[in-house]
Amino acid sequence: MAKAVVTVIGKDKPGIIAGVSKTLSDHNINILDVSQTIMSDIFTMSMLVNLAQLDEEFNKLQDDLNLLGKRLTVEIHTQREEIFDAMSRV
Amino acid sequence: METTQITETINMVSEEHLDIRTVTMGISLLDTIAGTPQETAKNIYQKITTYAKNLVKVTQQIEREFGIPITNKRISVTPIALIAGKATPDEMLYYAHALDDAAKAVGVDFIGGYSALVQKGFANGDLSLIKSLPRMLTETDLVMSSVNIGSTKAGINLDAIKLMGETIKAITDKSDTANAKMVVFANAVEDNPFMAGAFHGVSEADVVINVGVSGPGVVKRAIEKVKGESIQVVAETIKKTAFKITRVGQMVGALAAERLGVEFGIVDLSLAPTPARGDSVAEVLEEIGLEMVGTHGTTAALMLLNDAVKKGGVMASQRVGGLSGAFIPVSEDAGMIDAVKAGVLSLAKLEAMTAVCSVGLDMIAIPGETDATTIAAMIADEAAIGVQNNKTTAVRILPTNGAKVGDMIDYGGLLGTAPVMPVVEKSSADFINRGGHIPAPIHSFKN
Repeated sequence: MAKAVVTVIGKDKPGIIAGVSKTLSDHNINILDVSQTIMSDIFTMSMLVNLAQLDEEFNKLQDDLNLLGKRLTVEIHTQREEIFDAMSRV
Repeated sequence: METTQITETINMVSEEHLDIRTVTMGISLLDTIAGTPQETAKNIYQKITTYAKNLVKVTQQIEREFGIPITNKRISVTPIALIAGKATPDEMLYYAHALDDAAKAVGVDFIGGYSALVQKGFANGDLSLIKSLPRMLTETDLVMSSVNIGSTKAGINLDAIKLMGETIKAITDKSDTANAKMVVFANAVEDNPFMAGAFHGVSEADVVINVGVSGPGVVKRAIEKVKGESIQVVAETIKKTAFKITRVGQMVGALAAERLGVEFGIVDLSLAPTPARGDSVAEVLEEIGLEMVGTHGTTAALMLLNDAVKKGGVMASQRVGGLSGAFIPVSEDAGMIDAVKAGVLSLAKLEAMTAVCSVGLDMIAIPGETDATTIAAMIADEAAIGVQNNKTTAVRILPTNGAKVGDMIDYGGLLGTAPVMPVVEKSSADFINRGGHIPAPIHSFKN
């Protein structure tokens, strides 16, 4: 099963975690791990999530999260987990 | 997984311009040769559009999944002079248009391999190809060309150099920018994914995926963090950064090859700049400690950079190939352009720099009235550096009619803008006009 990392960076405001979680749940995606901090008003969150499959569904999820990011004026990246491992592990 | 690891990767892409510069599909055309140029051209179109049909789609999906930009999708093919052995210069255009049409049909950015290998001598196809260059480069849009005129094993073909000097002038008479699509090599490599010099060598597998990774901005940012520390710390930092960047290329290349059902060739980690600020090799050299690129110490800093990049890359990839190192094109690098404009970076210094980095005199504008033999002599100097030192060198020089030293010439997009640089005005004509062949250096005899 593939995993993806969803990262959210932007100015803190109510509804960020709610919005991201709702979108994930709408796509029937399970959250495996969350790490979140606020550094001088900047909200940063990384979520590790399970991807049932890597096809059109992934693209739709990414599109929906991008839309959400625009609405909340935060930056949301949805990337497969392997890219982060590739860089830091031999 | 560490959060810092995630942030680091995201910053590399969003702020430091890390990108996969190109996914290049190498396609052998040896099995397309038919009785007539028209039939062969048809086969070429057929083979390319069959194998590369999903190249753009697959790479775009990978971009999406990993959040890493893949700037160019390209194709390289067997040197056309080998495929068109019997063709006349006019007939060569059938092949060129087949390549151009196929590239447009599959939606790639460039197709390379309109090439001839003449380091030891000319065959009919080689001469036809070179003679067709002025027409080819102005009648097609996406076809890139290269001519290899020397190698450590074979020596330097001075007749070919003379011919290329004349050809570059003839191309200039048709177009101010077409020379940007053509490069003259010594010791050309057969698996280079970068343009204009990409071609698919005859010893390569039928179809392969080669990947070119870039990220001068990432290297610069990493060196910023070791300000004032000793030079071996700089070397280590570059190595580690190069390792990380190459790992991305390895992953993307392997995945693209798997999805396209072809073999994975090589990763070429070359710090290739783009005209964007912060994506400049010159700025990396300046971060190492030079006030401006071109000053004393530039060659040493570049040598360290180029070597450390290779060392980091080799460990990170199954197979490293291509040119792997640092590119120093003038028009494509904001820092280089600044240094030329300031009168700090000269042609002579650029030539010295090519002795210790990946390529050669690249994307340099010179006055249009420069004599063909002077251009040829520049090519000869570069070839000498490459042949004697067992490395690739190249010349992509851009004479511009009517332009004076200091004028800015715009080549568009990734090719950038270049200030016209002065050349030495004393003649090299008697040297070039001797013709013949410069023998291979003594250390090439290793058997």
